[in-house]
Amino acid sequence: MLDIKGLAVKLEEEDKQILKGVDLSVEAGSVHAIMGPNGSGKSTLSYVLSGRDGYEVTGGSALLEGEDLLDMDPEERAAAGLFLAFQYPVEIPGVGNMTFLRTAMNAQRKARGEEEISAGDFLKLIRAKAKELKIDADMLKRPVNVGFSGGEKKRNEILQMAMLEPKMCILDETDSGLDVDAMKLVSEGVNALRDAGRGFLVITHYQRLLDHIAPDVVHIMADGRIVKSGGPELALEVEKNGYADILTEVA
Amino acid sequence: MAAPAQKQDPTEARLEGLTLPDGAAWAREAREAALGRVRAMGLPTRRDEYWRYTDPATLTQAAAPRAAVFKPTDEVPLFQGVDRLKVVFIDGVFSPEKSDDLAMAGLEIDRLQDALAKDIHWAKDLYGTRETAGQDPVARPLAALNTAFATDGIVIRATGKAEKPVELIYLHRDETSDAILHHLVRVEPGAEVTVLEVGPAAARFNKCMEIDVADTGAFHHVRAQGRDHERRAVTHMFARVGKEALYKSFTTTANGVMTRNEHVIEIAGDRATAHVAGAALGDGHYGKFHHDDTVFITHDAVDCESRQVFKKVLRNGAEGVFQGKILVKEGAQKTDGYQISQSLLLDDDSSFQAKPELEIYADDVICSHGSTTGAIDETALFYLRSRGVPTDEATDLLTLAFLAEAIDEIADEALREDVAARLREWLERRRRG
Ligand SMILES: Nc1ncnc2c1ncn2[C@@H]1O[C@H](COP(=O)(O)OP(=O)(O)O)[C@@H](O)[C@H]1O
Ligand SMILES: [Mg+2]
Repeated sequence: MLDIKGLAVKLEEEDKQILKGVDLSVEAGSVHAIMGPNGSGKSTLSYVLSGRDGYEVTGGSALLEGEDLLDMDPEERAAAGLFLAFQYPVEIPGVGNMTFLRTAMNAQRKARGEEEISAGDFLKLIRAKAKELKIDADMLKRPVNVGFSGGEKKRNEILQMAMLEPKMCILDETDSGLDVDAMKLVSEGVNALRDAGRGFLVITHYQRLLDHIAPDVVHIMADGRIVKSGGPELALEVEKNGYADILTEVA
Repeated sequence: MAAPAQKQDPTEARLEGLTLPDGAAWAREAREAALGRVRAMGLPTRRDEYWRYTDPATLTQAAAPRAAVFKPTDEVPLFQGVDRLKVVFIDGVFSPEKSDDLAMAGLEIDRLQDALAKDIHWAKDLYGTRETAGQDPVARPLAALNTAFATDGIVIRATGKAEKPVELIYLHRDETSDAILHHLVRVEPGAEVTVLEVGPAAARFNKCMEIDVADTGAFHHVRAQGRDHERRAVTHMFARVGKEALYKSFTTTANGVMTRNEHVIEIAGDRATAHVAGAALGDGHYGKFHHDDTVFITHDAVDCESRQVFKKVLRNGAEGVFQGKILVKEGAQKTDGYQISQSLLLDDDSSFQAKPELEIYADDVICSHGSTTGAIDETALFYLRSRGVPTDEATDLLTLAFLAEAIDEIADEALREDVAARLREWLERRRRG
């Protein structure tokens, strides 16, 4: 599904190398987790994959189902099936949540040569999905993320993911700032989307999200590289001993 | 002794081609007084402080500069779906054929020249009155010129709740038309009326509307200035707002080489409300675009609220200006005054100049004003793109979001939806090229 090879990235404005050769392959139907200390480059990886400005790829490649992601505009990546649940979801005053989602959905459909969704079908769909995530009608009407609590913002990201049905989902610290109930809702939302045709890359700081979303593979990222990969037990090791041991071990 | 040959004064040059229209003695007097004001003040020049950001030369010169008529048929007129009474002017001349019957329950409507020809008419108390009051403390000579020479217009007296809006439709057909229209609106106590204005009107358009909203009356105004790229307009709205009365005005402007819209509002009765708002879309791609909103709101009563909400989206060298003042007179306690003027600059060539002013002589007031100039929010743009929305469509969505606070000032939902849809269409049409 997602194949990243030797991906090296520096900041466009500064001479600062952030990713120093990332190798990672996420197969369809699997969930991979990335853990790692603050500042190791996890968010940068997610931004570069989704096409945010400000970074310069200095080496390597990233393919989505064999297509060169790095060559596409962000909207083309989305239409190709890539989705990033943001660590810090963006507030857009003046744009209603529903308008936002319908515009996005139809734009993707149009880009893929599909027909637009009718207003009625859209409404039915969003009501059903919102209900599962305990997102009320008011939240759907309000401007995108404006005045939302931290947990509401994250649930809103998962709602977007559920509506857009991407092939490859990247979740950047979707668990941060969530209480136990919200964590459950979010995990259930993610688990409901788990599917043989879909890949997940779950970036997290803590083991606790992985209690709910059982990963197939866990990677440890440090200083712009994947330094260790393993099974779910790797996450438990981090939880128990922190990163220090692993980092000394690989150093 | 012969006077030495002299370069003619620009004010006299403008006046030379104009004649005072006939009318009843009182009307004639009002016009002559206005002419006296024009001569005393002189027409504005770039050197006047009040015209610092807008060059009035083409508004004051003797002849109207030519303005091409821009595809009058390729756009569905606004408010088509709204039941309203249509009053049509072609290049500033009332068209009885194209207009509806000037009759509606709750309203008395006359043509200006008919009202001004009568010895007794309610218009006598209003014609030139608000305009004269509005000359202090800042001179507005182009409005006085209008009072002196206006050739046509409509006068509306609301005695009850008007059953539907009155729409003034301004068609532009002649490339050199120079129109001067003067309207009067008197809203009696407890009465309510909505006036719509749509269209480019003429190559050059000088419009003045004097509005008197009596105690507990309500006046709504929604205007869409025509998109003829080369048209020029100077407009004045002079209003007096009585006790517990409401004045609400919204204007949207898309293109036009030169527009100066002035609002001069006196809040005269306690617990009155006055809101003025504007949403302008300026694109220098079609030729020069210059749009100036100049607002002067005077609070002269207790417990009143005023809002000024002006938003401009500018690209390809478009120029935006906002001059807005809130004057709170002594004794106008518990005034709540709000003013915001913002521009969204879509490139580096466009410019926005703002002069927000507060002058307050009462101590128990809440007044706030803010002015910002900004580019499109890159973070929001990326967020939208990451969800699959292409850059230009995302930009339009953010543009409409930026204008929303102004559009939301339109109280009537159907009118508001119509204006919002029109702005969306304009942007879409532009995107398609
Ligand atoms: N736009 C940026 N400007 C400056 N520094 C940046 C920028 N983006 C990332 N960095 C730096 O790159 C490093 C990795 O950041 P990030 O990818 O956010 O890490 P993580 O998500 O793993 O905490 C940090 O040192 C961070 O300060
Ligand atoms: Mg991060």
